[in-house]
Amino acid sequence: MSTEYDAVIGLEIHVQLSTKTKMFCGCELSFGDEPNVHTCPICLAHPGVLPVPNQTAFEYALKIGAALDCELSPVSTFDRKNYFYPDNPKAYQITQAATPFAIDGRLGQVRIHHAHLEEDAAKTIHTGGAGRIKGSDASLVDFNRGGTPLVEIVTEPDLRSGSEVREWGQLLRATIKQLGVSDVNMEEGSLRCDANISIRPVGSETLGTKTELKNMNSFRFIERGIEAEIARQKEVIASGGAVEQETLHFDPSTGELHSLRSKEEAHDYRYLPEPDLVPVVPTQAMLEEALKLPELPAARAARYEGIGVGEQAALLLSFEVDWAEYFEGVLAADDSIEPRVAANWVTGEFAAELRKQDDQPLAESKVDPASLAKLIGLVASKKISHGAGKTVLEAIVADGSDPEAVVAEQGLEQISDSGELEQIVIQAIEDNPKPAEQVRSGNEKAIGALVGAVMKATQGRADGGEVNRLLRQHLGL
Amino acid sequence: MADLMAATGAQTAALISSGEASADEVLDFWLERASGDGLNGYLWTADRESARAGVDGSGPLAGVPVAIKDIFCTEGVPTTAASRILEGYLPPYTATAVARLNAGGMPMLGKTNMDEFAMGSSNENSAYGASLNPWDRGRVPGGSSGGSAAVVAGGLAPWALGTDTGGSIRQPAGFCGIVGLKPTYGAISRFGMIAFASSLDQCGPLTRDVTDAALLLATLQGRDQMDSTSVGIEGGISAPGAERLDGLTFGVPRGLIGQGIEAGVLARFEETLIKIAELGGTIVDIELPHAGHAISAYYVLAPAEASTNLSRYDGVRYGVRASDEDLLSMYEVTREEGFGPEVKRRIMLGTYALSSGYYDAYYGRAQRVRTRIVEDFRNAFGQVDFVVTPTSPTVAFELGEKTADPWTMYQSDLFTVPMSLAGVPAISIPAGLAQPDGGGPDLPVGFQIAAPAFAEQKLLEASFALESAIGFDGSAGLEGGLR
Repeated sequence: MSTEYDAVIGLEIHVQLSTKTKMFCGCELSFGDEPNVHTCPICLAHPGVLPVPNQTAFEYALKIGAALDCELSPVSTFDRKNYFYPDNPKAYQITQAATPFAIDGRLGQVRIHHAHLEEDAAKTIHTGGAGRIKGSDASLVDFNRGGTPLVEIVTEPDLRSGSEVREWGQLLRATIKQLGVSDVNMEEGSLRCDANISIRPVGSETLGTKTELKNMNSFRFIERGIEAEIARQKEVIASGGAVEQETLHFDPSTGELHSLRSKEEAHDYRYLPEPDLVPVVPTQAMLEEALKLPELPAARAARYEGIGVGEQAALLLSFEVDWAEYFEGVLAADDSIEPRVAANWVTGEFAAELRKQDDQPLAESKVDPASLAKLIGLVASKKISHGAGKTVLEAIVADGSDPEAVVAEQGLEQISDSGELEQIVIQAIEDNPKPAEQVRSGNEKAIGALVGAVMKATQGRADGGEVNRLLRQHLGL
Repeated sequence: MADLMAATGAQTAALISSGEASADEVLDFWLERASGDGLNGYLWTADRESARAGVDGSGPLAGVPVAIKDIFCTEGVPTTAASRILEGYLPPYTATAVARLNAGGMPMLGKTNMDEFAMGSSNENSAYGASLNPWDRGRVPGGSSGGSAAVVAGGLAPWALGTDTGGSIRQPAGFCGIVGLKPTYGAISRFGMIAFASSLDQCGPLTRDVTDAALLLATLQGRDQMDSTSVGIEGGISAPGAERLDGLTFGVPRGLIGQGIEAGVLARFEETLIKIAELGGTIVDIELPHAGHAISAYYVLAPAEASTNLSRYDGVRYGVRASDEDLLSMYEVTREEGFGPEVKRRIMLGTYALSSGYYDAYYGRAQRVRTRIVEDFRNAFGQVDFVVTPTSPTVAFELGEKTADPWTMYQSDLFTVPMSLAGVPAISIPAGLAQPDGGGPDLPVGFQIAAPAFAEQKLLEASFALESAIGFDGSAGLEGGLR
C-alpha cells in the first residue's frame, strides 16, 4: 500500500499600510500615479540620507499585532537586510529581524509566529520579452512604491490544504480591512501572500523539505497554486525522488509551476542592526490605542452563529462590516424577526437583487434596513408569500418604495380566506388530472405540478404550506 | 584693512560686526587664499556667488566662510567623498550641518580633500591625490579629514568642518597643529553626511583655537528631525573662558600609551601633564582594560557598517555607471572601477564579517568588545573628569611611508578609536612641536582630552585653559599653504 501524505503550509503575508506617507521619508503614498513622481533623496537612497520612522505606520502595525492577538514588544529594533537589486536602492531593506514589534499570536486556528515592520521595494518593469528580466530589452524602475510601509505576518505551519489557506486568508484580509490600516487589495498588491509548502507521511511530526510559492495575487490562485505544488511534491516522492528547497512561481493561466531560484542561489542577507535608527519603544498610550479593537470578523461570526445564524451567512456578514451593520439594522428595526431569517434575506435574496440591478453597492442602495425588515416581517407573518416577497424586493430595490405600498398596489396580499384558496385547489386538481392521479398512486413528487398550478392561479399570493395542506387533503393523502 | 590672516574665526566675526572689515572683503580674501591652494586641500572651490548659495540667515558668525569636507552633501555643488564612483554627482539637497552654518550666515569656501569615503589616516586614499601637510609638504596631513586640517593650518581657510569615525578629525588636527573636536555621538545631525560607519560617524570643527571650536559647535549642535540618532547638547554651548583647572582630575591610561609611541610625542605629552598640574589639575593613572582591543574591534565594526552603507553605489541612479551589459556586470564593473583599494578592502572585510556563519565570531564579538570599552570609559569617568592621551603615537609621517602596510597605518588611530567606540567627546589641541623618531623637521604634536558624553562645555573650558598655558604658535604652518 502506498504512503498517505499530509501537506504542511505556513504563510508569509505582506500588508501595505495605508499611511499618508512612506515608512522612512515624507513622500506621499499612491497607486497608479505616473512613475517616479513620489520620490525624494531619502527613498532614492542618495548619499548621506537617513531614515526617519513613520509614527503612524508603527501605530497601524501595533493594531495589526493586537488584532492577531500577539504579544506587543516593549522595544523593537530595525535591521538591514542586504541584497543588490535595482528595486532596492540602498541595496539593503530596512526590516525587523531580531526584535519584531509583535510575536506569538493567533487568528482562528492558525498561530502567528511574529509580525514585523519593513519597507516595500520599488517596482521593476521589464520591457520586451515575457515581462521577466530574462530576455527583456530593458528594465525600468518606478520608485513610487519604494519605501511603502509593510507589515509582514509570518504564521506557524498550521494550514493543511489550499482551501484552508484560502479561507484563512480571507479571514485575515477581512480582519485587517476592518482595522482600516490597509486597502488589502491583492490585485493592487497591497496584500501579498507567499506560501511555504511541504508534505510528510500522515502521522509524522517531522517537517519535510519546503518549497516557497511566491506572490500570488488572489486567494483563488493561491489555493490552486498550493494544490498544484502539493500534487507535484507527492509525485516527486512517489517516483522515488526528493523535494528540493526552491522558490516557485505559479502561473494561473497555465496552471504550471516555475522554479525562480534554488537553495544554492539563495541570498546571504548579512543582517546587521540598523545603526541609523534607535529602538522603537511604544508608549503606554500607543499600546492602549492599539488594543482598542472593534469587534473583529472571527468574533462577530461566532456571535452571529450563537444567535442562530447559519455558518455561511455568519461568515459572509462578518467579512464585510457594512453588511454586518446592515444586518444588525434589520434586527434592530424589528426584534421579532429571527436572526437566521434576517441573515438569509440579507446575504441571499437582497444581495442577489442588488447584483441583478446594476450591481448596486450596498452603501448606495435605496432600501434601508427598516424597509427590508418590514418586507421580511410581511413574509414571516404570512401577510405575503415568499414568492410575493421577492416581487416586492425587486420593486423596492428599484425605486426605494415602501414594501406595504407595493403589496397594496400590486394586490400581493396573501389569500387568507381558506375558502377561496380551497376553490382554487379543487379547480387545479380538476384541471390537471394526470399529476393528480400520479400523486394518488403514490408518486408524491408529482404534487409539485399541482402546487405550481395553484401558485400560477393565485399569482404567488398563496401560502405554500397552506396550498400543500389543502392539496393533500383533497387528494386523500 | 585688518590682518585677516592673523585672525581666528571668532576674531574675524568681530571685525565684521564692528565694521573693521566687510563681509565681502572677508569672503574675497579667503576665496583668494583658497584659489592659491598649494596643498591639494580643496577638491572644489567656490566663487563669490556659489559661496553664498545657501546662505539665508545671520548669526554671531555671519560672514566668516567655512571649508567643508567633501563628505557633506551640498545642493548643486560637486560632492564626491573623494571617490571616483561619485564623480560628477551633484546632490539634490544640503546636509543639515552645512545648512546650519548657512543659516548662521556663513558662506562655503570650498569642499576639502579627504580619504575616499573617510577611510584612511593619511589622505593618501583620496581618488584625487593626497592633500599635503603645510608644515612639510613631503608629509601627510593625516586623515581622513586631511584636507580640512591642511587648509586651516595652511592659512587657506579660517576654519573647517570635518568628520570623525575613528579619529578622522583629531588625528589630522594633531598632525597639522590645529584644534579638532569630535563631539559626542548624537550631538550634531548626520543627515547629509555621506555615511562610512553610521554608529561612529560624527561631524565636528577643525579650527585654529578652542574658542573657534566652541563657536562652531554651538552653531552645529542640536537635534535634527531628519536624524533619529541626533539629540543635541542640553543647554547648548558657549565660548569658554576658564583659566584654571583646579579641582579637575585628568586620567592617564598608561597601559595604552606604552605602545609604539615616538619619543618626541611622549615628551610633549608629559610636559603637558605638568602644565595641567601647574593649572591646579590632578593627574592620576587609570586603566582602560579593553582599549587595547579597540583597533581590532573597530576594524570589524566600521567595515561591517561600511559594507552595507556603500552598497548603494551601484550605478543605477546616480554617479558613475561603468557597464550596461547586464545587471551583474553593471554592479561589478561600476564598483571595481569606482572604488579605490582601501575602500574595497574594507567592503570585503565587512562583507565577510557579516556573512552567515561568521557573524557571531566577528561582528558579534567586536560588538561585545565595544560594550566593554563603553564600560571602561564609564568606570574611568567615575574616578576622573577627563581622560588624556597623545592624539597619535607619531607626528605626521612621510607620504608613502605606511601605504604598503595597512595594519601599521591603522595603528595611527590607536589613541583616538577607543573614544569613538565609546561615543564620548574628545578634542585634540596642539601641544608643541617634536621631531619624528630618527630625525626630521619639527612637527606639531596633538594632545587629546576626552570627556563624558555631552560634557562638551566642560571639555572646552579645560581645553581653553590648557591652550592658553601651552601658547602654541602655528604661524609656521600658515606660511605653508599657498602654491
